[in-house]
Amino acid sequence: MTDESPAPDLRLMARGTPQSLALGVDVGEGWGGGLMRAPFRADLVGDPALGGLADGVIYTLLDQACGAAIGVAVKARAGMQGRELAMGAMATLDFRIDYVRPARAGADVTAQAECLRIDGELAFVRGAAFETDLDDPIALVQAAFMLSSPSAGA
Amino acid sequence: MSEAAISPASARLAASPYARFLGLRIELAGETVTGVLPFAPHLIGNVVLPALHGGVVGAFLELTALAQLAQLAPGVSARTVDVTVDYLRSSRAVDSFARAEVLRLGRRVANVRAVAWQGDERRPVATLRGHFLLGRGTP
Repeated sequence: MTDESPAPDLRLMARGTPQSLALGVDVGEGWGGGLMRAPFRADLVGDPALGGLADGVIYTLLDQACGAAIGVAVKARAGMQGRELAMGAMATLDFRIDYVRPARAGADVTAQAECLRIDGELAFVRGAAFETDLDDPIALVQAAFMLSSPSAGA
Repeated sequence: MSEAAISPASARLAASPYARFLGLRIELAGETVTGVLPFAPHLIGNVVLPALHGGVVGAFLELTALAQLAQLAPGVSARTVDVTVDYLRSSRAVDSFARAEVLRLGRRVANVRAVAWQGDERRPVATLRGHFLLGRGTP
């Protein structure tokens, strides 16, 4: 086996909450920050007539990916400023999701999120969920998060 | 099996494996649906606080909206077009409740808003505003 497993902190960003762990969310080999996948599971289907992962699974996957994208951005900024990473709590302020089309039956869903800007304690992110092609999305999201530094007593 | 009537709202949730995964159920008073999400450890998103996962709260609001739509328009299918969720305070590791109000039930689209709370209904933890595409009969 080559050592191409994802960096531990990226895996932790995917699997680091009981809910994402329960959904089986994980990252692929060599994946960057803000990219993660929910494997298909029959008990996570929304509408058996359609057979795809539920909207709620995709929502949670995107929320988790947005958090990871912010985590990576905060870490990069701390690195540029020569500081140790000091990541505090992160709270979703608002989350807007468009369900462009239903997820395909039996398919894994991948989410990719990017942090557009961090302004003080505000972070703006957007993301998309898809099966295999980012240009053929299932859902699109735009969200704002509040960051709190650990020193602020979160 | 008894012929006891299952409400359209309950039937809508019973059809969803994901709603069972969450542990979501509903209570019905007249035509008003209250979504009930009993606390369970797998719903946690922040182990430090602890708090429910933001995605769980959003999904809970969306499913409550769909259940309320099913109750008001039985036999009409509804697909979520978009939702916007505002998070007002963190959702603690306790039971959650939600109610949805159908602002407009059109022929093709419904406009819905929903509110989730925990201990005190006057202190909502999150609100939803969304659009749902309606399907009447076979396409």
